[in-house]
Amino acid sequence: MQWEVVIGLEIHSQLATQSKIFSGSATTFGAEPNTQASLVDLGMPGVLPVLNQEAVRMAVMFGLAVDAEIVQHNVFARKNYFYPDLPKGYQISQMELPIVGMGHLDITLEDGTVKRVGITRAHLEEDAGKSLHEDFSGSTGIDLNRAGTPLLEIVSEPDMRSAKEAVAYVKAMHALVRYLGICDGNMAEGSLRCDCNVSIRPVGQAEFGTRCEIKNVNSFRFIEKAINSEVRRQIELIEDGGKVIQQTRLYDPNKDETRAMRSKEEANDYRYFPDPDLLPVVIEDSFIEDVRATLPELPPQKRERFQSQFGLSAYDASVLASSREQADYFEKVVNIAGDAKLAANWVMVELGSLLNKQSLDIDQSPVSAEQLGGMLLRITDNTISGKIAKVVFEAMANGEGSADEVIDKRGLKQVTDSGAIEKVLDDVLAANAEQVEQYRAADEAKRGKMFGFFVGQAMKASKGKANPQQVNELLKSKLEG
Amino acid sequence: MHQLTLAEIARGLADKKFSSEELTKTLLARIAQLDPQLNSFITLTEDLALEQAKAADARRANGETGALLGAPIGHKDLFCTLGVRTSCGSKMLDNFKAPYDATVVAKLAAAGAVSLGKTNMDEFAMGSANESSYYGAVKNPWNLEHVPGGSSGGSAAAVAARLLPAATGTDTGGSIRQPAALTNLTGLKPTYGRVSRWGMIAYASSLDQGGPLARTAEDCAILLQGMAGFDPQDSTSIDEPVPDYSASLNGSLQGLRIGVPKEYFSEGLDPRIAQLIHTSIKELEKLGAVIKHISLPNMQHAIPAYYVIAPAEASSNLSRFDGVRFGHRCEDPKDLTDLYKRSRAEGFGPEVQRRILVGAYALSAGYYDAYYLQAQKIRRLIKNDFMTAFNEVDIILGPTTPNPAWKIGAKNSDPVSAYLEDVYTITANLAGLPGLSMPAGFVDGLPVGVQLLAPYFQEGRLLNVAHQYQLNTDWHLRSPAGF
Amino acid sequence: MALERSDVEKIAHLARLGLNDADIPRTTEALNSILGLIDQMQAVDTTGIEPLAHPLEASQRLRADVVTESNHREAYQSIAPAVENGLYLVPKVIE
Repeated sequence: MQWEVVIGLEIHSQLATQSKIFSGSATTFGAEPNTQASLVDLGMPGVLPVLNQEAVRMAVMFGLAVDAEIVQHNVFARKNYFYPDLPKGYQISQMELPIVGMGHLDITLEDGTVKRVGITRAHLEEDAGKSLHEDFSGSTGIDLNRAGTPLLEIVSEPDMRSAKEAVAYVKAMHALVRYLGICDGNMAEGSLRCDCNVSIRPVGQAEFGTRCEIKNVNSFRFIEKAINSEVRRQIELIEDGGKVIQQTRLYDPNKDETRAMRSKEEANDYRYFPDPDLLPVVIEDSFIEDVRATLPELPPQKRERFQSQFGLSAYDASVLASSREQADYFEKVVNIAGDAKLAANWVMVELGSLLNKQSLDIDQSPVSAEQLGGMLLRITDNTISGKIAKVVFEAMANGEGSADEVIDKRGLKQVTDSGAIEKVLDDVLAANAEQVEQYRAADEAKRGKMFGFFVGQAMKASKGKANPQQVNELLKSKLEG
Repeated sequence: MHQLTLAEIARGLADKKFSSEELTKTLLARIAQLDPQLNSFITLTEDLALEQAKAADARRANGETGALLGAPIGHKDLFCTLGVRTSCGSKMLDNFKAPYDATVVAKLAAAGAVSLGKTNMDEFAMGSANESSYYGAVKNPWNLEHVPGGSSGGSAAAVAARLLPAATGTDTGGSIRQPAALTNLTGLKPTYGRVSRWGMIAYASSLDQGGPLARTAEDCAILLQGMAGFDPQDSTSIDEPVPDYSASLNGSLQGLRIGVPKEYFSEGLDPRIAQLIHTSIKELEKLGAVIKHISLPNMQHAIPAYYVIAPAEASSNLSRFDGVRFGHRCEDPKDLTDLYKRSRAEGFGPEVQRRILVGAYALSAGYYDAYYLQAQKIRRLIKNDFMTAFNEVDIILGPTTPNPAWKIGAKNSDPVSAYLEDVYTITANLAGLPGLSMPAGFVDGLPVGVQLLAPYFQEGRLLNVAHQYQLNTDWHLRSPAGF
Repeated sequence: MALERSDVEKIAHLARLGLNDADIPRTTEALNSILGLIDQMQAVDTTGIEPLAHPLEASQRLRADVVTESNHREAYQSIAPAVENGLYLVPKVIE
């Protein structure tokens, strides 16, 4: 049987606020356990929540960016369940009336086609603390620093049909929240976490199959692997005559398989009801318009502009626009150097491989956009050749200063004085008299190959600095002569 | 000295007739002597009280004034007090020294009030008799075999027995007004949002409101002045200026329109209480008030709606008591579920457990609409009734309770029979309106209260009416024998 | 409809209350008596009535995004039943 995979995703995105969603505690990652847990975060008797304005602003900004309805009367509700990292015995979340309604996000697939993924809703909620299972003589340790960190839970429609599409969606969402500046996107620190709802159905069947939810998959690679292994499991199960039962599962990257979560085995009854400690959130039109005015240019618009304004290919434009930092870097380089295609090439290829080698983000690049732009300017004005530029680039990466400083200090300026070049050529021809004889005796076809030999010798003798075009012209006339 | 009201204490301190320290020592001695009969305190804070009294005397010596500066009070034991046990009348919090002060506690301390201790209460404020406290039942000073009402029963008994001139209480379904009525006090439940709930351990968040219990309306005005006000830490706190409650006490009642709802005099009301209420209506008419007969047709649905909403909110509010970060934890839990189940079963008494179960049930899948939503809809009907009534009248008047204080233990076998005693008080909580109970006479030697309700934020009007009434009656001046 | 023993056990588990076996009949009876009172509500016609969650129907105030809290771990953990290395301890949890 042919199976179709159906995937919907829930992305939990930690909002980049200074303080928590309902308390004045810091949200800094990595603090000593429970040092950022206030009375409110600890769920002490008698404490009350007050909503952080910035969390609301960020949620509205997200809603506008995915073309969604902003729910102007939205309500916080309590989701009741007992778990040690949930101090109050309930999570403050949104149920019936989330702040962001139906929207959508366009993603670019590997073959270049664009797919629209529906966004069911996005709601604000508080994060839970962390349970640490190691080292406590048979106990679990609870750290509530994370409890109360604002989360935007973004729920997609079951629109994805492969693990690759799911990854493309998460990547696009990751880029979007970073573009908006509402989430740092650090998946290793759990700033962006993903729950994957996976089901399969026979191709052509309209109804969805029973889904399983894989909780907390925290890297692009694991999302793809987790979904694929879950799909394999479900197909094998059904083809062996079994049935998929709806459950919550965890992905084990070491075994590359998913397993049912013990703590979620019993069916939950969350007893949602409006939180009586919080009033309905009313969002005025003027608030929405103020947020709209601060929306940055988003990846799709930026991609289009890079193509139309700079004449880049669709591929180059989409790579460069994939992160706000990279796009900003690229634009700075273009502004200095002028030549957009050259700039795109250098940012994507040379800079890309440098950063890759050193595992750095572009905003940590050892070569600044100003340095790179300055160097490209020296290519376009023929001060250096493309080949020498690689030497200059490496020197800049090693902290030797601007392109001009490197060129100057190392004497890498291209030689364009034809007298000097002629002298070099004369020396080369004299040293290779035998080859000159052979060249002159050869036919056109052979000459072509042999010409390269003389160019190589000439460039070697000039330490690469001779202007290649002049070398070509002068060499030709001398050999013909 | 123990007979002095807050207003008299303020004058005595201002005139240097006595110091706060002397007064505090006198009352502490009186508590030590008499409270064993009543059980109105859970925790006494003598050292802190003397420290606060001395500080208040020093502030007065420096020229500071203020009606509460040096005035002794007590706090219901669900207001968090930094470093002092805040038990909520529960074994669950027997070991809980609050790590912070409630806003009400901090505001009153800043005004110079001297806190002598934490008063007994029904466990987690769930009860109308103060019999559900882990620390034992509180006795009514008017008859030690009877309950003082609840849940602020400790505050009521202490003030009625002249152990304190005034105390804080909280009112979720009548827990200030009902014990005030049953112990011959004046008690006021403010408009929802008037007094901060920060640090007031929640029973039912959308109904709970802190307020004063005292012997006179004048004293309630003084204590409320110190408690009320906007608090940015409470999202449900209302940012409205607090009027000067004492300044409006002397307004004339000429032309005041008082609505008397017929539903308050139906089946279930002790006819002797009905008689006393009619007498107090006559009294107010003499002062110029005009009586109108009105109807609050949905009042009869208030008890069922309340006993869904309050337990539902409570079941969630009380989930934080799980034996992990504070409070009671069972011995040697074998796993996490065992830790939760035993800690909570051991820490909570039977009435609290019943309400948690009812609330969890009312919110559970498949029942939410029929119970919780239906109750919230009835809540609106009840509010609408009041809004309609207040188009025609300024104040609504009726009995505070259908019966005088019952004997300790008399209603223990059937929780529902005690629930029915809240019939006249819970509508104000459902609608969020301010309400006041004041003394209206005695039945078999037990006090009876008359209740006044007013539109939102008209606490001043309630206190004005009660004060004028008290200038012309003397029920509130009577002391229980032996105290 | 009346609750049965199994219903009460289910609700008690949801609420994490460990009821004594011997107490369950009494608790069931008490809950049924309370539900009898509550069920009177079902007779009320509330068609078209909006539920009222908050008496004053105000809207939520928003707090400025400012860090106002500092570390009080020692004080807050001094009232905790079990802590180690700054962590609250509970019996081993298996995810």
